[in-house]
Amino acid sequence: MNLTVHAPILAIAVPLLGAFALPLWGKLGRSLRDLWLLLVAAATAALVALVAVQVYTTGIQVYTLGAAWPRDTLAPGGFPIRIILAVDALGAFMGLIATLVALVGFAYAARYLAEEEGKTLALTLGTLLWAGMLGMAFTGDLFNLFVFFEVTSIAACGLVGYRTWTSRGPEAAFKTMVLYTVGGLFFLLAIALLYGEYGALNLAHLARLLRGSTVDRVALALLLGGLLMKVGAVPVHMWAPDAYGEAPAHGVVLLVANTQVSLYALFRILFTLYGGLSDPGVGWLVVGMGALTLLVASLMAVVQMDLGRLVAFGAVSQIGFMLLGVGVGLTTVASRPGYGLLALRGGIFHMLNDALAIGLLFLAVGAVERAAGGRNLGSLGGLGHNLKWTSGFFFLGALALAGIPPLNGFASKLMIYQGSFLLSPILSALAILASILLLAVFVRAFQGAFLGPRLGKPDPVPVPMLIAMGALALGVLFLGLFPDLVVRHLVTPAADALWTGREVYLQAVLGR
Amino acid sequence: MIGNLPFVVCIVLVLLGLWALLFRRNLIKVVIGLKIIENGVNLYLVATGYVQGGVVPIWTYAPPDAAMVLPTPQALTLTSIVIGLATTALMLAFAVVIHRHKGSLDGRKVTELSG
Repeated sequence: MNLTVHAPILAIAVPLLGAFALPLWGKLGRSLRDLWLLLVAAATAALVALVAVQVYTTGIQVYTLGAAWPRDTLAPGGFPIRIILAVDALGAFMGLIATLVALVGFAYAARYLAEEEGKTLALTLGTLLWAGMLGMAFTGDLFNLFVFFEVTSIAACGLVGYRTWTSRGPEAAFKTMVLYTVGGLFFLLAIALLYGEYGALNLAHLARLLRGSTVDRVALALLLGGLLMKVGAVPVHMWAPDAYGEAPAHGVVLLVANTQVSLYALFRILFTLYGGLSDPGVGWLVVGMGALTLLVASLMAVVQMDLGRLVAFGAVSQIGFMLLGVGVGLTTVASRPGYGLLALRGGIFHMLNDALAIGLLFLAVGAVERAAGGRNLGSLGGLGHNLKWTSGFFFLGALALAGIPPLNGFASKLMIYQGSFLLSPILSALAILASILLLAVFVRAFQGAFLGPRLGKPDPVPVPMLIAMGALALGVLFLGLFPDLVVRHLVTPAADALWTGREVYLQAVLGR
Repeated sequence: MIGNLPFVVCIVLVLLGLWALLFRRNLIKVVIGLKIIENGVNLYLVATGYVQGGVVPIWTYAPPDAAMVLPTPQALTLTSIVIGLATTALMLAFAVVIHRHKGSLDGRKVTELSG
């Protein structure tokens, strides 16, 4: 029996089981719990890497649950009604991002979280969120996408609000939960509409059946609305700065990865499910949301005095860049594939770069808060004298996020600028303006927190936290210096899976 | 037209819930609004699976050549109800914590996070 066939489902099952067993191990002893978490994390990372290697070398991996043989996606009689996982290059790419972020987050959490402040709970919720993200990235079924969507929602809100002795955490969590739940219910209503019309839940099967009727369009609007709430695009972004500001730092990086995986679900629906119905209006809508998001969020970042909220608005604006890149791709890929694919690659590549750069910034903010006891830019200052590494990491992350060469943000933003220039030069100008605003914001934040006279003696930052930040900083530098390597081997197959790989995906699942 | 009435009722429920979300400030009422939306969606799902004169979809119980209602939407609804239970419990727990800190459930009075 070839066990590698079962890697996709094991990659979801292992962290799920690991998460629920974690509190039990926590009752027995802290070292046992940490050992268990290490085992689960290592096993999951290995499984995700195995899936990714299989996908990138041999093509789409399909796994059927409850069939005699995992490749039997069709029930007897040829009906695609079985529950399946379908991992293509983009799904594997998202799995890798989620895994990278989770590993860095757990390494950071080892010393960042205090034992008496619910460390076991935070680690449990983090593992659960990781499992949900992998499920969203790997599933090939619309209803399971909804279920994993809700798993990530509940875990993410728990992570935001578990510190019940503060009043701000639960408030942020309540707000976040309202938007996540409404988003999830919109998603479910869209599923009900599509099921009522076609009697199918399998993504590939539905993609073949869609005719573009009014009901299909209403369902698309509901799916878009629901996922945009989870992604944090601008008119419905109000949860994001609160949640990013109030969650513990290791949770924030997982929340950022969660928005990216939701963005992936959005792309999967736009390209794979609705890719057969060419409608430039939808592309323009995504472009508009992206431009609005990046502009409004970077303007809001200018006025923030809380370091955490400032970086949070930076994170929201990066979602705008990804929406812009992929929206431009969606609008132009049919008529001018060269530019469309370039913008698409830029948008997808920016997901990885954003996970590294914004993750680095949030971890640095967490270190600052722990060392100096606060995050208000009015009372911080002169931390660079004592926290040399942390200030260096913050600076690096800020430059990468603002898109300064030779760091990784520049590589992907250049692709987005180029791609969107063809659609409309105004879009490029807006995107560059947002980048400049972000640079100004982060220079002010860096100056306010790290430069200037010494104001007090901050606690030193523990070594595991520095190692976690260092790993992300190395990634930022490496992707900035050698973007070609990653774009050619990881990003291009992922972006191509959306457009040119659509037919391959449908055939791999349906067999015809 | 009369056959579509259940769907119309479900959509009305969803809109009522959205209205409660947007215009009610009490956090408990916000949760109730969410539950109303959820119930509207769940009813919609069950209604899509109804077959006129259909029987319970259990193969061994159904009389021969009887029409059965569709089982899949019922399974979906069951899953959705369980998820709804989890989200509602979590949100009510947060509301309790907020009330403990602030002594109020008025969404505008308790807020510390804005801008």
